[in-house]
Amino acid sequence: MGRARKLLIGIGTGVAVALAMLTRRHMPEEHARRGSVAAIGWAFLLSFGASVSLTVIYALGGQPQAEGAMLFVALGGLSVGLVLWSHLLMPQGIYVEERKLTFDEPEEMEEAEEAFVEGAEQIGRRSFLGKMLAAAVGALGIAFLFPIRSLGKAPGRALFQTAWKAGARAVTEDGLPVRAASLLENSVLTVFPEGHTDAADSQTLLIKTPPGVFHPRSGREDWSPDDIVGFSKICTHAGCPVGLYQAATSQLFCPCHQSVFSVPEGCKPINGPATRALPQLPLAIDGDGFVIAQSDFPEPVGPEFWNFGRH
Amino acid sequence: MVIKRSVEWVDERVGVSGFTHDTLNKVFPDHWSFLFGEIALYAFVVLVATGIFLAMFFNPSLATKIYHGAYAPMRGVRVSAAYGSALDLSFSVRAGLVMRQTHHWAALVFIAAIVVHLCRIFFTGAFRKPREINWWVGLTLLILALFNGFTGYSLLDDLLSGTGLRIAYSIALSIPFLGTWMAFLLFGGEFPSDQIISRLFFTHVFIVPLLIIALISVHLALIWRQKHTQFPGGGRTDRNVHGIRFWPSYATESVGLFFGVASVLTLLGGLAQINPIWLYGPFRVANVTGPAQPDWYLGWLEGALRMFPAWEVRIGGVVIPNPFFPAVLLPGITFMMLYAWPLLERRFTGDYAAHHLLERPHDRPVRTALGVAALAFYVVLFLAGSNDLIAKWFGMPVETVTWVLRIGVIVVPVVAGYVMYWLMSAYRRSGASQFTKVPLAYFRHPRRGPLPRARI
Repeated sequence: MGRARKLLIGIGTGVAVALAMLTRRHMPEEHARRGSVAAIGWAFLLSFGASVSLTVIYALGGQPQAEGAMLFVALGGLSVGLVLWSHLLMPQGIYVEERKLTFDEPEEMEEAEEAFVEGAEQIGRRSFLGKMLAAAVGALGIAFLFPIRSLGKAPGRALFQTAWKAGARAVTEDGLPVRAASLLENSVLTVFPEGHTDAADSQTLLIKTPPGVFHPRSGREDWSPDDIVGFSKICTHAGCPVGLYQAATSQLFCPCHQSVFSVPEGCKPINGPATRALPQLPLAIDGDGFVIAQSDFPEPVGPEFWNFGRH
Repeated sequence: MVIKRSVEWVDERVGVSGFTHDTLNKVFPDHWSFLFGEIALYAFVVLVATGIFLAMFFNPSLATKIYHGAYAPMRGVRVSAAYGSALDLSFSVRAGLVMRQTHHWAALVFIAAIVVHLCRIFFTGAFRKPREINWWVGLTLLILALFNGFTGYSLLDDLLSGTGLRIAYSIALSIPFLGTWMAFLLFGGEFPSDQIISRLFFTHVFIVPLLIIALISVHLALIWRQKHTQFPGGGRTDRNVHGIRFWPSYATESVGLFFGVASVLTLLGGLAQINPIWLYGPFRVANVTGPAQPDWYLGWLEGALRMFPAWEVRIGGVVIPNPFFPAVLLPGITFMMLYAWPLLERRFTGDYAAHHLLERPHDRPVRTALGVAALAFYVVLFLAGSNDLIAKWFGMPVETVTWVLRIGVIVVPVVAGYVMYWLMSAYRRSGASQFTKVPLAYFRHPRRGPLPRARI
C-alpha cells in the first residue's frame, strides 16, 4: 500500500473517531464560551485523533514519515494543551518563599564534628591495627587493577611490524595476485600480503608512476621495479586510509584531515597536518611476473606513537 | 477517595506527608532561559525510551554474513552482524527507522541543550557559591553525553563510524608513554580489533547511561535543596524565591514541555534523514568516506585536528605525535578551564559570597567578553572541521581555507571578545533597562561616558 493511501486512511480514521467523540460528549455551553478551555480541549482532541491515526498507519504496515508526523501531532497536542492549561487556568502566583543564603548551622556542625572526632579517636588509639588495615586495603586495591591488564594484548612489537615479509605476493582485497605487466600508467591499487587481506596495518597502495616521475631516495633505487611504487595506505596523521589519488599532480589525499602526500618525492607530506612520509614498501617482481615485497616496511606504518622511532 | 486512601496508606507506613506538602508547594522561578536544562533532561528521557527499543534489535557482533535484507542495493554484500542488524531495524522492523532516527536526533538535541544551558549558567553567574558542585556535576554530564554520543554512532560498524573509531584509536595512541597501552587496552588490541563493537555497546547502553542517571539525580537534588536562582528586580532578593508553585502549575507546564520536546524529536525522526548508514556502506579496513564529518558536537575536535599545523615534538627518542596537541591537550585544557572557572573567578574578583540572584551578562563585561571569545574560538574550530566542504562551496583550495581559519582562530575570538566588552561596558554604565535603549554616547566612551543613570 502506498504512502499516500496509508496516510489518508490513517488520518481519516483519526479525524472520524475524534469527531465522533466530539459529538458524543460535546462541550457544555459555559466551557465552549471560555476560550482557554476550548483551546486546550481542541489540542487534546487533536492529539487523540493523531494517536488513532498513528495506530492505524502502524497497523497498515507503517511508514516512517507518516509515523513521524502523527507522533508530532499526538505529542505536540498534549504539549500545547498542558502548557496552556498551566498558563491560563492554573494559579501563576507570584508566590514567594523564604530561603537561606547558605546552609551552615554552626551548632549542628560543631556537634557533627565532635561525634566524628570521638569515633575517629577510638580508631586512632589502635594505630597498629590502623596501619595494617591501610596496608591490606591498599594491596587489595592494587590487586583490583589487574583486570584492567586483561583488557588487551601488550602492544609489544605489534605496532612496529606488518604482515609483509620477503617474497610475499601482493594481492587485492579479493585475494587476487597482481601481475606487474597488467598495471596501467597512473593506476592505483590497494593490496595486501597474500593470506592477510584482513590485516588492516598491511594495506598498501600500488601506483604505477609515469616513467621519470618518481625520484627514489638513495639506497631505494631498486624498490620500484617497472616504476611501480608501494606505499602504506594508512595516513601517518590519524590513521585513515589515504583514499584519493590525483594523477595530474601525482598526489595522494587523505579525506579525513586533508593531508597531501607527494608521490614523486617518496610520499612526503606537503600539506595538512601529517608530519611524516608514508612508509615505502620495497617491491620486486617475481619470476612469474607478480608483484612481491622484498621485506616488511622499513619503519612503523600509520599514526605515530611515543616510541615509534625505536624500530 | 481512592487517592486519599492510597496517600494515607503510604503515609501511615513511611511518613511522607510533611515532605510531600513541602514539595507540592515548592516555588519555582520562571524564565525562558531556565528551560534549556529541562529540554536536555527530556531529550535524555526520549533517548532512554527509544534506546531500549533499539537495543531489542541491534546485534553488537562483528561476525560477518552476506546481507539478504530488505534494502535491495546492499543485497549480496558481506556485512557484520552489527551493521546488518542496524539495516534490518531500519528497513524491516516496523517503526524501527523512526525510533533510530529519533534516537539520533535526540542525542544531537540533548548535547545542544546541555551546551546552551551551560552558556546560560556561565553568562548569568549561576555557577557562583553555593552552586559550584552543580557546575561540576553538569560539566561531567556534558563529558559523559559527548562520550556516549560518540560510542553510539560508532556502534553501527558503517564506514563513517569506522573512520571515526580509527581516528579515536590514533588519538589514544598519541598520548606520550601511555598511548600504546591505552589504545591496546581500550580496543582490545591493534585496530581494528574484534572486540571493540561489543565493548562500545555495553559502554553505550549500560555504563554511561547509568552514570548519567546517577549524576542527573544529584543535579536535580541539589537544585531542589538549594532552590533555583532568579533574576533581580521586582522584590527578588538573595533570601527569597519568587515564582509559581510546583503543584499544579509548574509540574503541568514541565510535563507539557516534555511532550513538546518529544514531539519535535519524533517529527525530526520521521521526516529528517540522519546517519543513513546504508549510503556509507559497511566498514572495510582499506576504505574511507569523504567528505567525512562527525556529529556536530565533535566538530570542534575534528576542526582542531585539521587545522593544527604539521608539528610534532621530539625529545630524545620520545615523540609527541601531532594529534596529541589538538585532540588530547586542547580538550584537556578546555575542560580543566571549565571545571576551574568558579574557583578562578572568585580568586580574581575577590567575591567569595553566596549568591542566589543571577547577573545579567552586562553586569560582568569581562566575564561575558571572555565567554564570547571562547565561544568564538570553538565556532572557528567547528568551521575548520568542514574545511573541505567550505573549500568546495567557495571554490578555493583547502590550504587557503585552512590558513584563513588558522588566522581566524586567533583573530576572531580577540575581536569578538573586545567588541563584547565594549558593548557590555557601555550598557552597564548607562544603566539602561534594555540594550536597545542605551544612548549612543555611551558606546563612544564606554568607560568615560556620561555619568551612569540609576542602577537597579
